Amino acid sequence: MNRLFVNKLILGLSTLSAVIGIGFLFWILITLSYKGITSIHWSTFTNDLVEGGIRNLLVGQFTMAILASFLAVPLGMMAGIYLREYGHGSKLASVIRNLSDVMMSAPSIVIGVFVFALLVDPFGGYNGWAGIVALAIMMIPIIISTTDNMLALVPKELREAGIALGGSKHKIILQIVIKAAKVGITTGILLSFARIIGETAPLLFTSANNQFFTMDLNGQFPSLTVSIYNLATYPDEASRELAWAASFILTMIVLCINLIGRFVIRNKK
Amino acid sequence: MSGKLFRNFSFLSATLSFFLLVGIFAILFTYAQDAMHAFGIDFLFNETWEADEDDEGGVFGGFIPIVGTLLSTIIAMVIATPLAMGIAIFLTEIASPKISKGVSVAIELLAAIPSIIYGMWGLFYFAPIVQKTVGGDGVGLLTAGIVLAIMIIPFMASITRDSMNTTPLVLKESAYAMGATKFEVIKDVIMPYAKGGIIGSIILALGRALGETMAVAFLIGSVMSLPHRITDPTTSIPVLLANNFAEAQDLEMSAMYYLALVLFVVSFVIISAAKFYFFGKKAK
Repeated sequence: MNRLFVNKLILGLSTLSAVIGIGFLFWILITLSYKGITSIHWSTFTNDLVEGGIRNLLVGQFTMAILASFLAVPLGMMAGIYLREYGHGSKLASVIRNLSDVMMSAPSIVIGVFVFALLVDPFGGYNGWAGIVALAIMMIPIIISTTDNMLALVPKELREAGIALGGSKHKIILQIVIKAAKVGITTGILLSFARIIGETAPLLFTSANNQFFTMDLNGQFPSLTVSIYNLATYPDEASRELAWAASFILTMIVLCINLIGRFVIRNKK
Repeated sequence: MSGKLFRNFSFLSATLSFFLLVGIFAILFTYAQDAMHAFGIDFLFNETWEADEDDEGGVFGGFIPIVGTLLSTIIAMVIATPLAMGIAIFLTEIASPKISKGVSVAIELLAAIPSIIYGMWGLFYFAPIVQKTVGGDGVGLLTAGIVLAIMIIPFMASITRDSMNTTPLVLKESAYAMGATKFEVIKDVIMPYAKGGIIGSIILALGRALGETMAVAFLIGSVMSLPHRITDPTTSIPVLLANNFAEAQDLEMSAMYYLALVLFVVSFVIISAAKFYFFGKKAK
């Protein structure tokens, strides 16, 4: 009897854990939606931070994340291609693969400190470029790992067929292998984009923040996430409301990109 | 693009991870030199953090943020580990495939929410609850630890689920045929089989919790004092860096780099350990 009871107890507790997990998701999403939606006005989208809106912050955050992707996606994909197509099986490739995985889990604040020393301190001030580089450093390992894993799923026969047709190695990679892995890599890019667009720590002392609309990457650059951090700590109600509105919008953006990424995979299957 | 150029470019991109890792270590180490010379290894055990009047020197020790980081991480791990195991068991052994899929997506969405949102939510919704039920100021070690736990649960649960899923069906069926209960199958067949992956996931989550900045920054209280009760506010390495790094001068700045180096090295060791010992060198 006893072991049947233990069995029920453990299974019950496991189910309870799942309920708790989902409970937190809904709790966070519901409070966030409630606070966010009641704090959003039309002016939230049309004004800049200095006038109590987030227009410049949204543009700034997206600009940095997109430019970081332009840097990280080619580099990460090329590295992934090397690991899987050229260096596969070699000791060097396996070392690099492991180092890249370690980089993926490196604390984001440390990356901020590193980029500060590299691109802020020597140039005399916060700048958008530093923020972009910090975000790209966060993104590269994720792209490497996705590319590596997705290329691994491409059947060897496809490559052999390419060789049989007399294709050179890089033509086979570009025109056959990458095409076959396109969906998986696209998903990986979307998911990593969703990850970096919500990052705060690497931006705190690289691009910092800007109250005004600017596209000048040589100076402090507006950031949605850094603004949320600042606004939430101000005592006045208007700042807090704006922080909630910004948090809600940010979360929706991140979750939507995530769901789109998953949807892309499912459609393919 | 010629083949050779393509190959070389891909090789250079691949070596970038190596140079980044070495570069981060070298930069942090170089900038931390002043503090290392001034305080040596005692830095790790000294609880004073005081700048001189003229802002040029002072005594800086990392003990308080180090303790804060460790304690908040321990609280998070104690809460997160059983819950994540439970969720993984639910997903692999209890739920029907349809429910399991739905719950998996929900758990992964939980993982996708940016950490600053956890901080916001924790500060305005969770901290007051902690304050009412346990006492204290609302913000402090316990609140930070609990919200940190919520953040790492999805991560831990999904890796654990994946390793549990690798258990061959035949093994499970044999145990069931012997009359084992579900729990006995989980305990005696699945857990031993998936042990490496499970311990690895716990260690990776530990690494994540140590370096988490934004959620903790909202919730730990950010005061330079040792906590005496679990609800006391304190600070952690990432939080101290987030709030004070940019304003620091000279020796204090160097001490901040020292702390960043400590955090970087510790997470490097933890993540490498998880990779090499528990996930093994997977021959993909």
